[in-house]
Amino acid sequence: MTTLLRPRLLGVILIAIAFLVAPMLVSGQPYLLRIVTTAAIYAIAAYGLNIILGLTGQLSLAHGAFFGVGAYIVGLATTDHDWSFWTAFVVAILATTILGYASGLIALRTQGAYFAIFTMALGFLIYIIIIRWETVTHAHSGVSGIKLPESIGPLDFSDPVVLYYLVLLFLAGAAYSTHAILHSNAGRSLVAIRTSEDLAKSIGVNVGVSKQLAYTASAGLAGLAGGLFATLNGFIGADSAAIDLTFQFLLFLLIGGMGTVMGPVVGSVLVAFLFEMLQDLESYRFIVLGPIIVLLVIFAPRGIVGYLNEFLSSHRSRRASPPPGRGPDGRGPDGHSGSGTGQDNALDRPHAASGAAATSEGGL
Amino acid sequence: MLLEVRGLGKAFGGLHAVRDVDFDVPEGCVTAIIGPNGAGKSTLFNLMAGFYRPTAGTVIFDGKDITGMQPHQTVRAGIARTFQTTHLFEGASVLDNVRAACVVRSSSNALDAVLHTPRHRRDERRSLDTSMSELEFVGVAHLRDEIASTLPQEAQKRISIAQALATEPRLLLLDEPAAGTNDEETEAFGALIREIVARGVTVCLVEHKMSMVMNLADQIVVLDHGQRIAVGSPDDIRSNPLVIEAYLGADADTTGATT
Repeated sequence: MTTLLRPRLLGVILIAIAFLVAPMLVSGQPYLLRIVTTAAIYAIAAYGLNIILGLTGQLSLAHGAFFGVGAYIVGLATTDHDWSFWTAFVVAILATTILGYASGLIALRTQGAYFAIFTMALGFLIYIIIIRWETVTHAHSGVSGIKLPESIGPLDFSDPVVLYYLVLLFLAGAAYSTHAILHSNAGRSLVAIRTSEDLAKSIGVNVGVSKQLAYTASAGLAGLAGGLFATLNGFIGADSAAIDLTFQFLLFLLIGGMGTVMGPVVGSVLVAFLFEMLQDLESYRFIVLGPIIVLLVIFAPRGIVGYLNEFLSSHRSRRASPPPGRGPDGRGPDGHSGSGTGQDNALDRPHAASGAAATSEGGL
Repeated sequence: MLLEVRGLGKAFGGLHAVRDVDFDVPEGCVTAIIGPNGAGKSTLFNLMAGFYRPTAGTVIFDGKDITGMQPHQTVRAGIARTFQTTHLFEGASVLDNVRAACVVRSSSNALDAVLHTPRHRRDERRSLDTSMSELEFVGVAHLRDEIASTLPQEAQKRISIAQALATEPRLLLLDEPAAGTNDEETEAFGALIREIVARGVTVCLVEHKMSMVMNLADQIVVLDHGQRIAVGSPDDIRSNPLVIEAYLGADADTTGATT
């Protein structure tokens, strides 16, 4: 276990250091810092989607809308109603969590593609409400002048670097929670549902309740990210609740790695920088991005982090597996070592222990 | 009686897959359910485990009415099952497969995991211990880190039994535990089932391999066309004219009728 952890732990530490020193690296370039901060906020929302889609295997397409609800609550409350950011932020998280719970009660009665369609419809519904309910949401004119977080003691959030670290704190919390849940009974229940609902039932997983909790938590995280987005930007429009946003989160997960701990953050940052680098191409960006996604889906269907995990665990199981498993590779003097417990299995099926197709459920 | 099945029925539309079935499963015994293909054996299992909701009758487990309970409730009550086609979490390691089954006996939740509470740590330790001892019990502990789907059928069958045992059942329902195994392996599965019973877990199994059933079972329930046509000891069943007719008749029928 510990030897397995090391390269993975190293990866996590490197990413953490990169995030911690990022403001120094881009100092004097507020625009770049803003991109990193925005990517970190999107990553938090992607962590939300990761819980319901990556861990539990349910494709929710309402997450862009949950993000938007969080953003609009913070936006409207701090401007039209003059609440403090912190009050509005807490209310935004609670409200999206409740919205997630309530809509989950109905949405989770459906399965598979129907769940995806239902949640997409829900996302559109929320979007339409935002864009039509002019007296409350200002529709197309959007919400401007959104407050920055009020300073706490010496922490002055009007400094973009301090605001960045605030976002980073929430991002770290989301990543840590994903890690903790993945390596717990609760997480194993979710992964069980993703893999086979029947089998999950047969080992006593309460499928309905587990899905409901996962969906609720993931909506809350999306709302949290939306709230941070509103305060960072100072201005929001209906596009921060649009379905495009959902697909953007989905893209982050696809590229980073669904169901992994570091996938959402790796995906968000990579895509954010790819978008920036390709900015001159404007809407032709997808001509470059498209083929990258296609290649990724073909060669690394579990995303970048998923691919690395797989590489690490297959590497490890190749070292750890009993020698007869390697017979067909023609390597090693194992042709005559077919005795002892369990080895007969491996001999019967040459591919059994090679572990080449190994994928890891746990991992990063 | 550990389990009492009374007047149990399941109709899919107009088709009665199981109709008016009565039997008891005495504690500490092996009860086998046999019958020709399509006799309703698997449906009966699904009814007992809560996967299907019966359209008639009751199931009493340990004196408690569990009719119509959801699977997660019956597992909590102490009934575990395996599937006819071996069913495992394919990308996951052997250990993780069995560990997943410890969920039902744990009291910690996601918040405990995030806050790393003592309850979470206790549950983690316990699930690791339980899984390892079940893997040792079924004889595949040395494969703990292998990916379950890359293993031979026989090992996978053992893992799914370890998985079921990890839910700490009092009654274990095995759906064709020896299907697709050779004679030697069938023998080994028979021995394993005896060990399970010796541990105090009552076993109820569906099986086609008559030699195994006759050797293993204390009681046999015979189904045909969804109805119970006989119940008794292996010797009673062997000489029961109804059973002989069902099997000989059905054999002639099914070879033509099934694909």
